Amino acid sequence: MNNINSSDLSVTKLIEKSLEKRNQKERYFRIYGLSSLVIAVVFLLTFFASIISTGYQAFIKTDIELEVFLDSEVIYPNGTKTAEDLFFVDYDSLIFTSLKEQLPELKNRNERRQARLILSSGASYQIQNKIIKDKSLVGQTVSFILPLDDEVDMYLKGYVDTESSENSRKITDFQIALVENLNKKGLIHKNFNTTLFVSGDSREPELAGILGALVGSFMMLSITFIISFPLAVSAAIYLEEFAKKNMWTDFLEVNINNLAAVPSIIYGLLGLAIFINFFGFPRSAPIVGGLVLSLMTFPVVIIASRAALKSVPPSIRDAALGLGASKIQTTLHHVVPLALPGMLTGSIVGMARALGESAPLIMIGMVAFVVDIPTSITEPSAALPVQVFLWSDAPERGFAEKTSAAILVLLVFLVLMNSLAIWLRNKFQIKW
Amino acid sequence: MEEELDSNFITVGNIKTEKSVIMNVEDCNVYYGDVHALKNVNMEIGKSEVLALIGPSGCGKSTFIRCLNRLNDTIDIARVTGKISLDGQDIYSDYINSSGNMDVVLLRARVGMVFQKPNPFPKSIFENVAYGPKIHGLTKDKQDLNDLVESCLVKVGLWDEVKDRLEDSGTSLSGGQQQRLCIARAIAVQPEVILMDEPCSALDPIATERIEDLISELKQNYALVVVTHSMQQASRISQRAAYFHMGNLVEVDSSEKIFNDPSHALTTNYISGRIG
Amino acid sequence: MYWGIKKMMSIIALSFLLITFLNFRAGRSKALKIRENTTIHSLPEYYGYYTAFWFLIPVTLIGISWLFFSESLITSFVLSNLQKEIVNFNEIQTLNFINGFKNLSEGRNITGEISLLLKEAASLYSYFSTVSNTLLIFACLSIGLFGFYISINKVSSVFQARNAIEKYINYFFLASTCIAILATAGILFSVVFEAIRFFGLVDLDDFLFGLKWSPQMAIREDQVGSSGAFGAIPLFVGTILISIIALLVAVPIGLMNAIYLSEYSPSNVRAYAKPMLEILAGIPTVVYGFFAAITVAPFLRGLGEFVGLSISSESALGVGLVMGIMIIPLVSSLSDDVISAVPQSMRDGSLGLGATKSETIKKVILPAALPGIVGGVLLAASRAIGETMIVVMAAGLSAKLTINPLDAVTTVTVQIVTLLVGDQEFDSPKTLAAFALGLTLFVFTLVLNYFALRIVKKYREQYE
Repeated sequence: MNNINSSDLSVTKLIEKSLEKRNQKERYFRIYGLSSLVIAVVFLLTFFASIISTGYQAFIKTDIELEVFLDSEVIYPNGTKTAEDLFFVDYDSLIFTSLKEQLPELKNRNERRQARLILSSGASYQIQNKIIKDKSLVGQTVSFILPLDDEVDMYLKGYVDTESSENSRKITDFQIALVENLNKKGLIHKNFNTTLFVSGDSREPELAGILGALVGSFMMLSITFIISFPLAVSAAIYLEEFAKKNMWTDFLEVNINNLAAVPSIIYGLLGLAIFINFFGFPRSAPIVGGLVLSLMTFPVVIIASRAALKSVPPSIRDAALGLGASKIQTTLHHVVPLALPGMLTGSIVGMARALGESAPLIMIGMVAFVVDIPTSITEPSAALPVQVFLWSDAPERGFAEKTSAAILVLLVFLVLMNSLAIWLRNKFQIKW
Repeated sequence: MEEELDSNFITVGNIKTEKSVIMNVEDCNVYYGDVHALKNVNMEIGKSEVLALIGPSGCGKSTFIRCLNRLNDTIDIARVTGKISLDGQDIYSDYINSSGNMDVVLLRARVGMVFQKPNPFPKSIFENVAYGPKIHGLTKDKQDLNDLVESCLVKVGLWDEVKDRLEDSGTSLSGGQQQRLCIARAIAVQPEVILMDEPCSALDPIATERIEDLISELKQNYALVVVTHSMQQASRISQRAAYFHMGNLVEVDSSEKIFNDPSHALTTNYISGRIG
Repeated sequence: MYWGIKKMMSIIALSFLLITFLNFRAGRSKALKIRENTTIHSLPEYYGYYTAFWFLIPVTLIGISWLFFSESLITSFVLSNLQKEIVNFNEIQTLNFINGFKNLSEGRNITGEISLLLKEAASLYSYFSTVSNTLLIFACLSIGLFGFYISINKVSSVFQARNAIEKYINYFFLASTCIAILATAGILFSVVFEAIRFFGLVDLDDFLFGLKWSPQMAIREDQVGSSGAFGAIPLFVGTILISIIALLVAVPIGLMNAIYLSEYSPSNVRAYAKPMLEILAGIPTVVYGFFAAITVAPFLRGLGEFVGLSISSESALGVGLVMGIMIIPLVSSLSDDVISAVPQSMRDGSLGLGATKSETIKKVILPAALPGIVGGVLLAASRAIGETMIVVMAAGLSAKLTINPLDAVTTVTVQIVTLLVGDQEFDSPKTLAAFALGLTLFVFTLVLNYFALRIVKKYREQYE
């Protein structure tokens, strides 16, 4: 009767035999799991290290401090002092005169030419703008902080290999010597790169900024929010609260789920074919970008809003209906306010995704080179992710660090938006 | 009120001799975070008997039974103190192999469990029963395994009903059949103790009757600890019964005594229906 | 001049809003007055909403239609007025002409000389624009006020304003939902329409089964459909090659991530790991592309030199690697959902028999979760196939037909971008090919997504 005991012992022995191998497999499995996590962490760290190390110097610009004599004979050569004259002055010569005083050793034409190239082509505009603002400065000697050419900027930031042959780089040994000379005189300064944040795009890396892209992205996201949020919330309310369960609503639901997974480039094709070609909207304008991004964000917000509405318990609806409220009053006065934090969170997350999208914007023509800061939603503009794309393609070395810097700014905005969404969710979420 | 109970406890039933004790519980306490769910339980479990655990909801029966096969380990906030031994070996000592210590894998093979809601794996009927022996490496070859599966299904009375459809999914059976499948699955590993946590509460009366008959048959070869909220069922199937009340073990004795003439007032209240 | 018009439009828009508000007040006042003598059906503000609605909605509808259609209408008026002079323009010249007079009339700079014709067109454009603006305001005001007149006469004690408003709200909700249909229809229409024009020029079989893709060889009149330069097989192969590499990276790592986080990790590790995965998921694809081109590709090439292999700097391996990393969070979160859906009773049953955790996961949980995981992998595959920026920035442009991951290949999405970002001649097979590719991509991902979502849905129902 007690045959359990004898078979028990053999079973126990069998199991004990298997234990060592099985426990080992268990350990390996656990390590495998942990290492997959480590791989993701390592990538993230490598990625940030890479972007930050290539980009942080973009937040610094190198300038030269020069005392420039605003010779009225050069500025008003004809004696007339009209405002229009100021646009045609050769400010570069004024700058060069000042530069020559600091570099008396310039012997021949070639050397003088190389010295001229040390300064950025945008330096003359600074002088022009200052005089336009205050014409009384003409005839005086004014101190200017002028931008340097991007190749000099790269050298001063340590990116140029001074050992390499002159043919493989843009800055000559002679120019390096001049720059070092000026540096020793204390004329070269490193300042925070405000240009990056107050200027639009430019062909010259030292003059390029992201303001145009920021304004463009902001306009587009505003349009996206204004269009997609109310419409998506309404659609979610309809599908969740009012629609009867039939073939038609099933079809709608399948449709929306599919739209949420359509590759973003297809939305770009839609924008190109319908908004630009059929309706004639202006290319690369924020209105078109906003419309395309709205269509893209629309299904995502619907899905998030439906989940928020689903999480409101039926007892709330029953209570309101029981008091005699109509269906719409129940929904709008009771259910929606409770679901609103979840809906807002979902739409902020959708907008963060829209902020980072560049493929559809490229399709509607935002690859054009836009210098001006857009002032209306129908002017051509740039967008931040597209700016990253354009700069990454540029050959000048100076744009590489600018690209990383633009990426950092973009990431900061994304982190802010996602944090806002998380904060909203934590603060207002009611755990039913 | 709870603290006064200690002095009135009667712990070990007097049916057994020492040689037929399979598990011993000494001063077992269980905490879920700050909540003291089980207080100072002392009990013995005999080798071939049915021990019923009865008591109102939330009194700690399920908590207690899950200590016996260390399934409470899967709950992060659970903390178990005291000594529980199986055949003299402490089951809560560290489980990396060394003599005198018990690996939890081995423990759970020796102390099997059947759950309240039948939970067959979404595999074939055959695979369900074969799962345990396969992972522990209990059989030598395919024929061995087939024989083992067949004998287990025979023991639970399921063989005739399923022998022609062993490849069907375990979830395609009725509720009662599923529970019997789970019992077959548990005995395939040849345990010494079988824990049952309200095994019939999800089943209809006919299926319940079949399971109860099965339990009575199984007691010849296994120690069975059955949690039940039905006093009638407990009195039908068990030889000994233990009454739990709000985390305390109030009384454990022969079933006859517990159900007809309990020694403790709380037990009497529960049996007579005054509380529960 | 242009700025002035913009300012005026904003002022006009604001005034319309003001009028709407006044209409609201008017309706409400009338209702309040009625209420002094008898009981009325709805609260006074509903009557206000009603009258305001019947002013605002016609105005908005007219405004939106004007927004969408006015531009092309005005342009065609200008063109038809100058029909004689431009009858010989071809498509590019017409487009340039249109751009020219639009820019000129809005005071923007033009490259090239400003012909007399252009100036005339510009002034015509301004003229028609002004006419259209005036017409717009007039139409809005008259129709809007007409609507207000009708609606305010309806305000009475028995008129059920609240019911009417609620009906309109219902319609609005329904209409919003139908935008989803509109969007799908829009996509289909835009892509299918142009794709059909493409297949009028290039045979469908040549496109789907052709082995050579070089759209530079523009199809001339005498070579329609015969050169086979639009064979998309190399693109399909390239797309699939990169996607497979991406999945090979993402699925093991993502799945193990999900398993480790849900079954093994202590809760504090989970608290750090989840946000980290969300950060990974939030990085824009253009940034991944930059990283792939700047860091990964040179690294791989250097590695290849070290080992003695020639790895292209635009290799499918590099692109696939970065794309795989991008997809990891997607696979991880989908798998996590799926694994959590397996009920705890299944785990308890397995552990209760004496199985180790890894045995439980490998033999019980994963097989039970398999349909859900497969659905998740299909969704991830669809994401990889439709991905654009990473491939545009890091993959090649030449359509090489190869399955060697160390070679440079190109994908469907890269070609769509390159074909459309050049100069537009909207009837050339080059541009239309982009739409044909777009259609293929849309259909393929649609089918993939549909099946993936259905599998996951069926799997979920099993456990509910």
